Amino acid sequence: MSDDTGAPRTDDGAGIPKPSSEPLVVLSDVNKYFGELHVLQDINLTVHRGEVVVVIGPSGSGKSTLCRAINRLEPINGGTITLDGQPLPAEGKALARLRADVGMVFQSFNLFAHKTILENVTLGPVKVKRVKSTEAKKQAMELLERVGVANQADKLPAQLSGGQQQRVAIARALAMRPKVILFDEPTSALDPEMVQEVLDVMVGLAKEGMTMVVVTHEMGFARKAADRVVFMSDGQIVEEAEPETFFDNPQSNRAKDFLGKILTH
Amino acid sequence: MGDFLQVLGEYDIAGAYWFNVKLAFFSGIFSLVLGTILALMRISPLPSLQWAGATYVNLVRNIPLTVVMMFAAFALWPQLGVTFSENLDQNFFWLAVWALSVYTASFVCESIRSGVNTVPVGQAEAARAIGLSFLPAARLVILPQAFRGSIAPLGNTFIALIKNTTVASAISVADISLVMKYMVDQHGNYVIPIFLTVAAGFVIIVIPVGLVVTLLSQRLAVAR
Ligand SMILES: Nc1ncnc2c1ncn2[C@@H]1O[C@H](COP(=O)(O)OP(=O)(O)OP(=O)(O)O)[C@@H](O)[C@H]1O
Ligand SMILES: [Mg+2]
Repeated sequence: MSDDTGAPRTDDGAGIPKPSSEPLVVLSDVNKYFGELHVLQDINLTVHRGEVVVVIGPSGSGKSTLCRAINRLEPINGGTITLDGQPLPAEGKALARLRADVGMVFQSFNLFAHKTILENVTLGPVKVKRVKSTEAKKQAMELLERVGVANQADKLPAQLSGGQQQRVAIARALAMRPKVILFDEPTSALDPEMVQEVLDVMVGLAKEGMTMVVVTHEMGFARKAADRVVFMSDGQIVEEAEPETFFDNPQSNRAKDFLGKILTH
Repeated sequence: MGDFLQVLGEYDIAGAYWFNVKLAFFSGIFSLVLGTILALMRISPLPSLQWAGATYVNLVRNIPLTVVMMFAAFALWPQLGVTFSENLDQNFFWLAVWALSVYTASFVCESIRSGVNTVPVGQAEAARAIGLSFLPAARLVILPQAFRGSIAPLGNTFIALIKNTTVASAISVADISLVMKYMVDQHGNYVIPIFLTVAAGFVIIVIPVGLVVTLLSQRLAVAR
């Protein structure tokens, strides 16, 4: 599942490969309004192939909107977003194709409620990528195995725990062999005892070199797996740094303030 | 009592009900198809389609069925030349099906739309996120769940349709209400038993439909 670009990767000791210097997702001067509300303000952000970027920030700062803009679930009002050098298409078939290259994992899992776990994972490959059904099933079972829910394949989503559902959602995203996966607070709807099982899967992906943009407040994950932390506040990127630097030595007052709040919790 | 049964025997009651059943059956299928298309238009991302769907529904829903039926018989066929069959009776039958379908479709559309509203937006977003465009996402993810959520209103719509088939008598389709009218004209002393008999026939036809609807809406509910 690694994006083999041939770019050199060194191991940094923690088992997380270093990202390449090849830009994969590039946002330039992105602006987005909800009516009067300026939710994304001149956002410039480059995510390199193999990089894991954690987005952190107070509620309402625009983190979800940023994620959703990258696969155009939210259209933007200004600026450009490119994926692998291609600008995001506006509508129709081309956009659907692009979305197939961008995986998305939602806070509320959003598994297809009327389909079994296996069908949830095979739907995209079969209907979008025209993979043969038998082949898609085989790959789906491998992915379900990998996220540890293969024994639930024939159940419906409502029969699974939140942690299991979220791992299925990750398998569903992986089944499309995306270039990048966006995670929007993947663990914040979970009971505390299920958070780790999902984070473990995500750390596994990071180790394999998957490009990931992760909105999360899980600092353990950020320290362990992130190459970079992006701190957002009021629709702006206020600070960007490696996890250690950001958490131990934040520069801006807004970041200090925010970290103070989540650390005392 | 024996006399009344003899009166009933003079008419092809079963044959007349059969017309109502056939009208309901064909109109049910066509209105389901047309109503689904209209619902798709109304939830589509294209404003022009949304507008066309909404206009259809708001127009047709507010016209009395009798007027739509008359339009079919006196304008659609003779003026606009829409002919379904060379056989005159057949032609009127299909004109009635046309009117019932066109009319019922607006209610089917709104029933399905209320079902669509029971499907969380996250379902559509997840479908788009794996690269499904509007129609496949609707067909594979949204409508299957929406239909289950709209079984109850759809059931009501179809029960109304079954009863509405009697309006076809306005354009002299030989359905049960037309036969009832002849019976009342010719056997005025039996007016009340005639009415009760015809009413009972509808109750017998409609009750099973209601039961099936209740059963389906319990069986097919989507667990979340
Ligand atoms: N569809 C919408 N219509 C109008 N306003 C919206 C919409 N979606 C989000 N907003 C507003 O935009 C702002 C940014 O929202 P966003 O969901 O991106 O924040 P967030 O950083 O993800 O917050 P949270 O941590 O609560 O998830 C908020 O003020 C929110 O109320
Ligand atoms: Mg959010």
